[in-house]
Amino acid sequence: MRRLALFAALFAAFTASAQDKVLRVVPHSNLNILDPIWTTQYMARNHGYMVYDTLFGTDEKNRIQPQMVEKWSESPDHRLWTFTLRPGLAFHDARPVTGEDVVASLERWGKRDAMGQKLMTFVERMDAPSPNSFRIFLREACGFVLEALGKPSSNVPFIMPKRVAETPADKQIDDATGSGPYIFAKEDFKPGDKAVYIKNTKYVPRQEPPSGTAGGKQVYMDRVEWNLALRDAQAQVNALARGEIDVIEQPAFESYPALQADKNVQVVNSNPLGFQYMCRFNHLHAPFNNQKVRQAALAAMTQEPFLRAQVGIKEFYRSCASMFTCNTPYGSAKGSDIQSKSNIKKAQELLKTSGYDGTPVVIMKPTDLAAIQKLPDVAAQLLRQAGFKVDLQAMDWNTVVTRRAKKDPPAQGGWNIFCTAWVAPDIWNPLANPAVGALGEKSWFGWPSDAELEKLRDQFARETDEPKKKALAESIQTRAFEIATHAPLGEFIEPLAARRNVTGFVTGPGNLYWNIKKN
Amino acid sequence: MMLRNWSVRIGSMVLVLLVVVALAAPWLGTVDPTLFDAASRDLRPGQPGEITTLEGDTVKHVFVMGSDSYGRDIYSRVLYGTRVSLIVGLAVALVALALGIVAGLVAGYIRWADGVLMRVMDGIMAIPAILIAIAVVALWRASLTSVILAIAIPEIPRVTRLVRSLVLTIREEPYVEAAVALGTSTPKIMFGHILPNTAAPLLVQGTYICAFAILLEAILSFLGVGLPPDIPTWGNIMAEGRVQFVAYPHNVFFPGIFLAVTVLAVNMLGDGLRDTLDPKMTQGRVRTQVLDEHA
Amino acid sequence: MPVLLVVAVLVFALLRLAPGDPAAIMAGDAATAEQIASIRAGLGLDRPIVVQFGIWLGKVLSGDLGESFYFRIKVATLIGQRLEPTFALAALTMLLAVLVSVPLGVLAAWRQGGWLDRALMGFSVLGFSIPVFVLAYLLIWLFSLELGWLPVQGYARIAEGVGPFLRHLVLPATTLSVIYIALIARVTRASVLEALGEDYIRTARAKGLPELRVLVRHALANAAVPIATVIGIGVAILIGGVVVTESVYAIPGLGRLTVDAVLARDFPTIQGVILFFSVVYVLVNLLIDLSYVLLDPRIRY
Repeated sequence: MRRLALFAALFAAFTASAQDKVLRVVPHSNLNILDPIWTTQYMARNHGYMVYDTLFGTDEKNRIQPQMVEKWSESPDHRLWTFTLRPGLAFHDARPVTGEDVVASLERWGKRDAMGQKLMTFVERMDAPSPNSFRIFLREACGFVLEALGKPSSNVPFIMPKRVAETPADKQIDDATGSGPYIFAKEDFKPGDKAVYIKNTKYVPRQEPPSGTAGGKQVYMDRVEWNLALRDAQAQVNALARGEIDVIEQPAFESYPALQADKNVQVVNSNPLGFQYMCRFNHLHAPFNNQKVRQAALAAMTQEPFLRAQVGIKEFYRSCASMFTCNTPYGSAKGSDIQSKSNIKKAQELLKTSGYDGTPVVIMKPTDLAAIQKLPDVAAQLLRQAGFKVDLQAMDWNTVVTRRAKKDPPAQGGWNIFCTAWVAPDIWNPLANPAVGALGEKSWFGWPSDAELEKLRDQFARETDEPKKKALAESIQTRAFEIATHAPLGEFIEPLAARRNVTGFVTGPGNLYWNIKKN
Repeated sequence: MMLRNWSVRIGSMVLVLLVVVALAAPWLGTVDPTLFDAASRDLRPGQPGEITTLEGDTVKHVFVMGSDSYGRDIYSRVLYGTRVSLIVGLAVALVALALGIVAGLVAGYIRWADGVLMRVMDGIMAIPAILIAIAVVALWRASLTSVILAIAIPEIPRVTRLVRSLVLTIREEPYVEAAVALGTSTPKIMFGHILPNTAAPLLVQGTYICAFAILLEAILSFLGVGLPPDIPTWGNIMAEGRVQFVAYPHNVFFPGIFLAVTVLAVNMLGDGLRDTLDPKMTQGRVRTQVLDEHA
Repeated sequence: MPVLLVVAVLVFALLRLAPGDPAAIMAGDAATAEQIASIRAGLGLDRPIVVQFGIWLGKVLSGDLGESFYFRIKVATLIGQRLEPTFALAALTMLLAVLVSVPLGVLAAWRQGGWLDRALMGFSVLGFSIPVFVLAYLLIWLFSLELGWLPVQGYARIAEGVGPFLRHLVLPATTLSVIYIALIARVTRASVLEALGEDYIRTARAKGLPELRVLVRHALANAAVPIATVIGIGVAILIGGVVVTESVYAIPGLGRLTVDAVLARDFPTIQGVILFFSVVYVLVNLLIDLSYVLLDPRIRY
């Protein structure tokens, strides 16, 4: 009898997994914050795309397309925007999505997101004249209303129920009710273990084919499970090879040869725009408060060694002299010679004439972020070869983030260099790219200060003529290389790996889980 | 007499060899263990490649034990790693013994301090050693000093207990009572009469601590909370190698062998010493205390 | 429970005196100083350390371990979620270790100096010396990748069926048990050896009792106390041993929870978990003390 019960239990366990279509995913990081408005973390953003829907989306060609919105209009003076929601939109608790929910959601997002904050400086008020519409009243005309509402990456203006969106912007929300294609299974969420998303059977997708974050969000899976426990790169590869999981969002670069050799596994790039690496100098303190020393460092830090060490796979990286990423509107090699046409000997000469006094360079190395872990080692070696004294300090990424905000001298808990990576859209123009801001202590970590650079950026912001904008972007880049704001270190892609029977990956800034089929 | 024990003999021979290797590392065909060249990444043992020196010159080099995913020479890293492991093992043993002896003498000899000290020691013992170590290293900056302290702290209570119990026994001995009666000062009794009699068991305890420290250092590095990754230690080499263990097992294999052999040698030395120095000590009793921390 | 109070003070001091600001970490990359300050105030981190300790201790005494900074879930709930894998791993490891090591130890003592004895002693020194993770990778490579018998990672709840549950745990438990097999076998051997030298054994043998009966009923029974002690200590140290094993096999247990919490500076979780471990340690020691009464009729409290 007892044996019978045992068999029954075993049987139940096997059949449950056979009947449900479950997609088992190893996401790129841990999911610990469930409020995509409160934090800019990409994991929270991806969680948001599961659970919430957006007013507009950005398609593969970077055009804004309606998503929850059916039709919209703007008044002749461009100051009143009226939007109508498409029919059939409902939250997971079955309540319809109304204009009031939208207004409350936009208000909360407008307090956190940088672009949202900017939009709100134009907004006079917002209201919902009827349950299925909302209006935005502007003080003066504003050219990026749709771009802001269809923003594809953090913070994405996700639409939440009014009662949730009324949570103060500086507090995290408690309720993951959305109107998106999946429902968050709160009772199954085990931090550091797994997060479960169940198909929202009531979701009404648009009719257009999916493209980026726009188009129809068709769901073919019953459940998507994020495995948050499986973080060892080798174990991920083993588990995928054995079919214990279906997708690895960001395999370690070291894993690709093994993945590509496995005939049951495919490597798919769903983010063709790719990423750019950079190392940032701290302009406040010695030795990098000296422009000539920064130039010597920049000359030492040619891109190929970084890319080869960190990425290693030729097809996955390329050198790119542009600070605004290559093959994009403002991608150009202008002014980059000091880095792109350099070598160690040149760097050694530059350093000798710079007045460098042997102050050690403190480089912060995160030990728990495989995607950028080797950059600091390469920087250290190249700088040493150029004649610098280097103090490579290892710490976890959390400490890097805490410490890079400190303006103290390196000896008192500050720093000289840290390295990071950006998604292309975050840095592809002189306004978005935080590294070329030069407002001193008001700028992004590293705090360069340069009146000329700021003047050029200001001109760029006012300019509307596209060829002139391009010329200005080139001048900005030339100036930025001249004062050595930072060292761009080339571009790379980081394709996902999946079992061959998983198809239909959508291209986008993050990993999106609609349209995916598992045969 | 001690060297007649085969366990002591093998253990100490291996250790002497390791010390020689550690000291002579620069002359054993190694290169700078931190230097790397992406052109030489993931070489299998025995393959030739190149290394760029700090002056910027590129030289040919044969990677006897292969290279890692940076293109660093595993052979050089493993050899230089010997230094770190031996230093950590020795330093932890010395620190733990020194602090433990002081605390143990105080607790055993000064009545009023006994209660407080032993409660604190009980508290430290109640926290799994690896958790203390992880917390200390992760929360403070990882360095040779912080790692040594992090591993030594959980060891102290065991030394303290051992010393205290020895003190309590020895102080009843007639010669100590005589010294007390003669008015010898307390520190003089503690260090002049009692301490020498605790040397043998402490030596044994010290070797076990040393073996454990070498293992735990590797474990901490492996978990990513050990010594900075640019310092070549066996744990760090393995932590980096685990990412591609299946394709390139040599990254884990070579440092793993060195680590196991070293710990084995220290353990054998300890076992042998215990048997020769104090045959009365039941097999496994001291081991048991030491194993408290094998976690 | 003065021990636990000491643990509480130690842990609290260790965490709060260390650099690293959870508020800055939580706020994300783009946060301003004001945002970080407001988060810090929200977490209560702006108050004096002594006050923070008082508040925390007061809550703990009323059974409340507080709430994780990150997940904003009760620490007790978090521990509850992670308890099963860790407990299952520890229990299976101990079971395996005892089942293998006690017979081995008895046999080795019985034929002291024989090949089994020497092999066992050699193995046990080796068992103490091989790093857990090296062994883990060897086992994964052999049994999961080459032979394909067992899953490479993960944990299946016992509710998902006994089969998957055991299949997932076999490798981790085997990995972890090696060191305990070495330890317990040694102590068993030594204790049985001691017992075998006693007069009553000679008497029993002289009376013509079967050798097995002599070994088990007399020698082993009299060696029970040291064996129980070492098993008890083994249970206590297992708590730490699971950290590495959980990391290699991607088991979502308490060990992983602690490492993650430390890296994220999630103070309430670190404090809660360490306090929990210490309580387990104290309880296990208490149980060992009590078990002496059962095992050794000479001891009466």
